[in-house]
Amino acid sequence: MATEILMPALSPTMEEGTLAKWLVKEGDTISSGDILAEIETDKATMEFEAVDEGVMGKILVPEGTEGVAVNTAIAIMVEEGEEVPAAGAAPAPAAEAPAPAAAAAPSEAAAPVATPVEQSPDWPEGTEMKSTTVREALRDAMAEEMRGDEHVFLMGEEVAEYQGAYKISQGLLDEFGAKRVIDTPITEHGFAGIATGAAFGGLRPIVEFMTFNFAMQAIDHIINSAAKTLYMSGGQMGAPMVFRGPNGAAARVGAQHSQDYAAWYMQIPGLKVAMPYSAADAKGLLKTAIRDNNPVIFLENEILYGRSFDVPVMDDFTIPFGKAKIERAGDDVTIVSFGIGMTYALEAAEKLAEDGINAEVINLRTLRPMDMPTVLESVRKTNRLVTVEEGWPQGSVGGYIASTVMQEAFDYLDAPIITCTGKDVPMPYAANLEKHALVTTAEVIEAVKKVTYR
Amino acid sequence: MPPKKAAKKPNVSAEELLHHYREMLLIRRFEEKAGQLYGMGLIGGFCHLYIGQEAVVVGLEAAAEEGDKRVTSYRDHGHMLACGMDPKGIMAELTGREGGFSKGKGGSMHMFSKEKHFYGGHGIVAAQVPIGAGLAFADKYLENGRVTFTYFGDGAANQGQVYEAYNMAELWDLPVVFVIENNQYAMGTSTKRSTKSPSYWERGAAYGIPGEEVDGMNVLSVKEAGERAVAHCRAGKGPYILEIKTYRYRGHSMSDPAKYRTREEVQKMRDERDPIEQVRDMLLTGKHATEDDLKAIDKEIKGIVNEAAEFSKESPEPALEELWTDIYAEEA
Repeated sequence: MATEILMPALSPTMEEGTLAKWLVKEGDTISSGDILAEIETDKATMEFEAVDEGVMGKILVPEGTEGVAVNTAIAIMVEEGEEVPAAGAAPAPAAEAPAPAAAAAPSEAAAPVATPVEQSPDWPEGTEMKSTTVREALRDAMAEEMRGDEHVFLMGEEVAEYQGAYKISQGLLDEFGAKRVIDTPITEHGFAGIATGAAFGGLRPIVEFMTFNFAMQAIDHIINSAAKTLYMSGGQMGAPMVFRGPNGAAARVGAQHSQDYAAWYMQIPGLKVAMPYSAADAKGLLKTAIRDNNPVIFLENEILYGRSFDVPVMDDFTIPFGKAKIERAGDDVTIVSFGIGMTYALEAAEKLAEDGINAEVINLRTLRPMDMPTVLESVRKTNRLVTVEEGWPQGSVGGYIASTVMQEAFDYLDAPIITCTGKDVPMPYAANLEKHALVTTAEVIEAVKKVTYR
Repeated sequence: MPPKKAAKKPNVSAEELLHHYREMLLIRRFEEKAGQLYGMGLIGGFCHLYIGQEAVVVGLEAAAEEGDKRVTSYRDHGHMLACGMDPKGIMAELTGREGGFSKGKGGSMHMFSKEKHFYGGHGIVAAQVPIGAGLAFADKYLENGRVTFTYFGDGAANQGQVYEAYNMAELWDLPVVFVIENNQYAMGTSTKRSTKSPSYWERGAAYGIPGEEVDGMNVLSVKEAGERAVAHCRAGKGPYILEIKTYRYRGHSMSDPAKYRTREEVQKMRDERDPIEQVRDMLLTGKHATEDDLKAIDKEIKGIVNEAAEFSKESPEPALEELWTDIYAEEA
């Protein structure tokens, strides 16, 4: 049967091209793979190969023709011995060209939103409390989850024999052995990829980065391999794993060791991002992170490691993702923060109270999902919002919160939202400069006074 | 490509040869059809064809056991066909339809099959190498005796993460076969223009990983080498490297005019080394099959490929709701 040969699309963007040269003539016998013609696209001159065998029946578009639209019939192939159909008698096209997709109607489905969570307490009233450092809380969370699921293992630099560069994994090697607490070479890109593969293969890895600054070496695997595979596989396989370690500025370690990545990771669909403040946050959120079937970025802070907080004494204490905590109730202004930013927020709130300003302080705890319902509810009550973080101003977490509040609760705002952030500079080394480069309590107080017109 | 010693007189059954012939032909015809559908605008974006390299995956799949894993780059159609994934689902993914392996959300470069232990389909050059080592890490951890085939090209072989993965794979004795598909061109850059190393497999020696060079145009040589590699891994001796010398007939992707090599170079390879023709010759000269037998196989394959193409056109585009699914896994 005669078939039409159509002008091929030879690049992702080609719509038309020039039929530069025919390399076969009418009557030639053609085998699959023979070069039929040279076609000039918008990018290059390409050779156009035959797919089927047959005889070149008729050339419809002579060489040198410019502006030949993709899918135009350029020649007719016939089978050996077959007559070339008379001009005008349209042969069956080799295959139907696709109908242009109908203009997509906007979907009714909306982007996933954190469902509002009630402000229930994290633990039952009357629960016994124990003063615990953030460091111990993180270790306890990992130990409890490793006891509960043998697929959970920890890998990273110095996590085993050294007992953790920051002593977060102290004692884990003794309890779980070298099979499950694994020292890696200094090779972040490689071990992040290996851990992601292990997660595809059915394990539940915890990857410790000595600091998140070094995770920039591994960020391709975190985002392209771990976060996107569930979607790219149509839901067939994902990466249930945790990437954790200290994030943000420590003290006097300079520009390359002092970056806050909260806003970076918060942007990625497929990742969840937790950033605990207290020891209870650290324990409850890390246990939830390890059980989560998705890749979780768990941003700790070196300065908080040694601080003590009350942690409930419970068999299995977890904190759900997407549930902010109102750390301090108030009516005059809402201060939203997370991680170490909470120290500035709470300190400012204490000082503001002395001036008669009663701030409501919200600890987000997870940035993705983010509990915007709790933030919005508070803003509708206080009509004023200040956000606090150590990260940089452009593309900040606060900027995202401000835009969302503006879109969702504009009519409730009595003042512009102020986003208190770290300064727009690489972290300096000098003690005085470093202090100034981070967000300060004084700046938070000043911002609150501005939005409350005091 | 250096001339290879003639393969030893193969002691191989008609059944096995016919299997190789059929599998390789399926890949070739499938890829030709994919190229055709691309030309018609039914397949979009990037599309990297495997034509010429068929013996690599067919030979290694013949050395694999049920449950073994494989992971590769974006030039992945051949690997998927060779491990038994349905051509219909692959072609429908290429056309971005609901019936594709990723429901149309992955495309040519991103396909997966948990059922067939195919772990992608990765678009970032060499990212699949540590991932493959990680799959092997999981198998060793779970003590299930499985081996992972981790495929990558000569281009990927210059990425740093390959050597990070080599180091840890050998350090931890991971059961992974690193398969370097050396088709001599990383997009448009020939191996001679990208490295002074005389060979890629020898780089494993720096980490203590054994390996060998294999004639990738000869499916029986590939299978034999694959069996050695798998035996090494399954014995708990750690990783093994196969540098498989192969050749891609088509451009890097559909929009590559391949001006970095001569037409004669490609034609010579097709005429003298073609992996399918080699098996065809063995079948005919060994009187394992007649021309008519082979014609019947050709016809059967053509039917499978045409059916896949039809399915890929008829399968509807994914529902708009699919935009919002599979971003996060359900909680256990």
